[in-house]
Amino acid sequence: MQGNNNMKVSFDARSVNEAFARVTVAAFIAELNPTIDEVEDIKTAVSEAVTNAIIHAYDSPGEPVQLSCALKGNVVEIEVLDTGKGIGDVKKAMEPFYTTKPELERSGMGFAFMEAFMDDVRVTSAEGEGTRVWMCKTIGVQEG
Amino acid sequence: MEKYCEMQAGRLVIYVPRELDHHEAGRLKMEADLLIDAYHVKNLVFDFSNTEFMDSSGIGVIIGRCRNIGYYGGEAVAQNLNDRVKKIFRVSGLHTLIPTVETGKNRQKGNGSI
Repeated sequence: MQGNNNMKVSFDARSVNEAFARVTVAAFIAELNPTIDEVEDIKTAVSEAVTNAIIHAYDSPGEPVQLSCALKGNVVEIEVLDTGKGIGDVKKAMEPFYTTKPELERSGMGFAFMEAFMDDVRVTSAEGEGTRVWMCKTIGVQEG
Repeated sequence: MEKYCEMQAGRLVIYVPRELDHHEAGRLKMEADLLIDAYHVKNLVFDFSNTEFMDSSGIGVIIGRCRNIGYYGGEAVAQNLNDRVKKIFRVSGLHTLIPTVETGKNRQKGNGSI
């Protein structure tokens, strides 16, 4: 039975930090002995959330993205925070294939991936203030 | 710097990098599109032998390149997907757009999947 554990890091909104973010979370959750598949699911979800913050939150690179992770028993909770533009219509932003940046060939599947790979995803946002993505996944519960 | 693309007998083979995210996507897109335009590429092969991680940015790259060869009436296939990449294809629905094949050849050892 694992106890609780928390971590928090802040990094510049630069694309090179996408890999840093997902690898950091993967290392942090290792104490729960997740399967390779669970680790990869979480890495993908973190990558999606952090990439969203990097691409959409700020007009110039170098602004902060905060990533935190909490282990509660066998539950992993992840929060990705930015203090950028915010999302006007969160429901619309979460629709599959919706993207505000088709010119960058964004697939519009970021939130769909987070929802597919995590147990729960919650997004709160305020225009001009920033966006918070919270998601969780229980480790050790194999699907069918 | 690792090379992503290679012309082979009129086909463009794109060796997808070990991790394909938004950060890696830019250079791969640029390199591939240069060759697609220069050679009017009709046959495109995405080789995933070396790929361990891909997120939805990778989906955008693949769909974008397929659209670009579409202007020349081209076709694309994806080969040597490990289980993780297969899962990404399935979740995104990409497997219904692009046929996937196994060649049994791995570009380098330590591919991870069995």
